[in-house]
Amino acid sequence: MKVLVAVKRVVDYNVKVRPKADGSGVDLANVKMALNPFCEIAVEEAVRLKEKGVATEVVVVSAGGKACQEQIRTALALGADRGIHVETEAELQPLAVAKLLKAVVDKEQAQLVILGKQSIDGDNNQTGQMLAALAGMAQGTFASEVVVDGGNLKVTREIDGGLQTVSLKLPAVVTTDLRLNEPRYASLPNIMKAKKKPLDVVTPDALGVNVESKLTLVKVEPPAERKAGIKVESVEQLVDKLKNEAKVI
Amino acid sequence: MAILVVAEHDNKALKGATLNTVAAAKAIGGDIAVLVAGAGCAAVAEAAAKVAGVSKVLVADNAAYANQLAENMGTLVAEVGKGYSHVLAPATTSGKNFMPRVAALLDVAQISEIIAVESADTFKRPIYAGNVIATVKSADAIKVITVRTTGFDAVAAEGGSAAVEAVSGPADAGLSSFVGEELAKSDRPELTSAKIVVSGGRGMQNGDNFEMLYKVADKLGAAVGASRAAVDAGFVPNDMQVGQTGKIVAPDLYIAVGISGAIQHLAGMKDSKVIVAINKDEDAPIFQVADYGLVADLFEAVPALEKLL
Repeated sequence: MKVLVAVKRVVDYNVKVRPKADGSGVDLANVKMALNPFCEIAVEEAVRLKEKGVATEVVVVSAGGKACQEQIRTALALGADRGIHVETEAELQPLAVAKLLKAVVDKEQAQLVILGKQSIDGDNNQTGQMLAALAGMAQGTFASEVVVDGGNLKVTREIDGGLQTVSLKLPAVVTTDLRLNEPRYASLPNIMKAKKKPLDVVTPDALGVNVESKLTLVKVEPPAERKAGIKVESVEQLVDKLKNEAKVI
Repeated sequence: MAILVVAEHDNKALKGATLNTVAAAKAIGGDIAVLVAGAGCAAVAEAAAKVAGVSKVLVADNAAYANQLAENMGTLVAEVGKGYSHVLAPATTSGKNFMPRVAALLDVAQISEIIAVESADTFKRPIYAGNVIATVKSADAIKVITVRTTGFDAVAAEGGSAAVEAVSGPADAGLSSFVGEELAKSDRPELTSAKIVVSGGRGMQNGDNFEMLYKVADKLGAAVGASRAAVDAGFVPNDMQVGQTGKIVAPDLYIAVGISGAIQHLAGMKDSKVIVAINKDEDAPIFQVADYGLVADLFEAVPALEKLL
């Protein structure tokens, strides 16, 4: 079974981003970039499927500027076999990415596509579901366990209030939640090997996809500040304040 | 304008998140219809008809929608949604699951987790784990939107008298099937709708110590939550997680116990009306957002708190 993993280059999760002074966007100058954490979990899951002998090949794909080849190489160092870079400088919205991925899935005839449930920059949580809809595939979102069972996929999903298990017909799309697995670290020899793994570059045009969006960013701003309150000296004082000042208990 | 709100329910009762979503629809302004898709969900449709501000309830009662599988829901909502200018659903795990399919099938963008309505085509939504608020404008003919429920005060559950109408939708696509569900059983209120939430972090040290929080919660009629650190450490199950990747809550009172206040946790609770932090580290970032901070050993402070309540 061929597994396709889609990954995204995002701001490192340790970086606290700020809006630009003019509100035109987020200040990303000289900020450390990394593989989106949920995508890292997706790569790990695909590599584990290969190690179990379920997956025959793991193909990693990313769309964006030239720099996102770094993240493809990271995924290759984690164990993916080859990479596809859909190169474009255009601002990509989830629907456009889903269309690009659909074109790649058609070409590659992947049986399983694994993506992170959301990227930690846009926090959209859309691409996997959109890809599944466009490809007419089943989806297992927010997965905490994935088991391949013949022609079906059993996915345990993290839902409000607990866990849900669904059975999906293959081919299917899975999006990862935090507790699906704990990604490995790439070893130095594997990082070196990853540099020699094949990486194809295609363009949206070649895939026949229009990446324009009708959603525009008007402005960005910092969230409303919450002021620090007071320190209380004792539990008694705390209860008194909650009862008589805040009146919440 | 005509707005379609997809109801959140479990075939028996209408979930509160629907009321916040109707409130967002009201802020956009227009005729509001609610779609109830399920199996044996007549009682839900009745409840939806009573919601203030709703003018019509559409019921798709079919075994294909029993568990609201995304594949079937996506096709149905896209089909019904064609006649509307806006399609809204709460940004619950259910809404997040099927709504992007609706948007893709309609070939429009989805606007995720809006927290404010600026106008019929312009909305505010948090990005970068809530560190930045983006204002976005959509030129799509149909706006497909998920609503962060804490951003909108719920409309009244009573007071309306909408007409109920049956709609038929596509049959089961046969792509997926429901196997089972493990829902945490609790007598305490649900995290996302509780008026008071008591949460524990890594400082709790183990799952057994959460017993202290349950006792406090029961005296207050509160729900119990946890930080990601406490969930990752295996103290408590993941459905208790409050934070950017867990539940977003905005109760009247949020009591954070042994929680340092990582950005990802703050993103899930900083809209609470009153925040209390109990932590022995006086430099913990949680104190920067707390209305009342108590620097103390939680193992002494929490039992003392319970006694005083």
